[in-house]
Amino acid sequence: MLISNMEVVPGKRITQHLGLVQGSTVRAKHAGKDIMAGLKNIFGGELSSYTELLTESRDEALERMQEQARSLGANAVVNVRFSTSSIAAGASELFVYGSAVIIEDR
Amino acid sequence: MGELLFQIGLFLGMLSLGYLFGRRNERKHYRSIQAREDELRSLLVLSTKIPPRSMLSHSSEMVSGSVVISVDYFKTVVAGLRSLVGGRVGAYESLLDRGRREAILRMQQEAKTLGADAVLNLKLETSRIGDNAGKGLGSIEVLAYGTAMIPTRASAPDNR
Repeated sequence: MLISNMEVVPGKRITQHLGLVQGSTVRAKHAGKDIMAGLKNIFGGELSSYTELLTESRDEALERMQEQARSLGANAVVNVRFSTSSIAAGASELFVYGSAVIIEDR
Repeated sequence: MGELLFQIGLFLGMLSLGYLFGRRNERKHYRSIQAREDELRSLLVLSTKIPPRSMLSHSSEMVSGSVVISVDYFKTVVAGLRSLVGGRVGAYESLLDRGRREAILRMQQEAKTLGADAVLNLKLETSRIGDNAGKGLGSIEVLAYGTAMIPTRASAPDNR
């Protein structure tokens, strides 16, 4: 399945729009990682465990969106957007949405 | 009295650790960012939504890069003091700048491994993570994403 965050797909023609599809996950932090993060707040620098955690969660949200698109019979999702919100201390929601479409070669 | 001295000692200790490590960290990070930016300069990153003519038969794929970066204690204190009088908070500016450039670099790296020659429709998103430092900024996450344009056999020879 083709995922793109542009409205047009080069070399392809959109033949049908199937509507909005979305996927989201809510992730909480690991207590151990939180202690490490507390230390990092003294020294500064990258929190690679968080980077990984968020990347994984975002991939999962993308996967859910693709599943939804597949069930609609789409073969591409265009105009994809990410959105992140921290809903409570220690938990954040990763949300991804886009338009499910059917494309074919021009 | 002893309690108070301990508190002051702890504060000064954390402040100097933050200053030393934070500064070293930032310098090292900027050096690494500059080196990788020079290396990836040939990979175009644009925020245009419409592909240029020469890329009309490229194939495309979404790429992204993200980084979670944390302030050091010294910066938290400096920014806290700054907020008393207002004005530019240079301590946080450099943090956000590093985060954005790092996220874009990671996205470019992913695009490069796909064999892309450009990334279009770049979007950047910044969010604050948790509340580790209490009142301070804590850490931020920067996400950069866009669509990588990968040259195909059809688009390779004549159009460029």
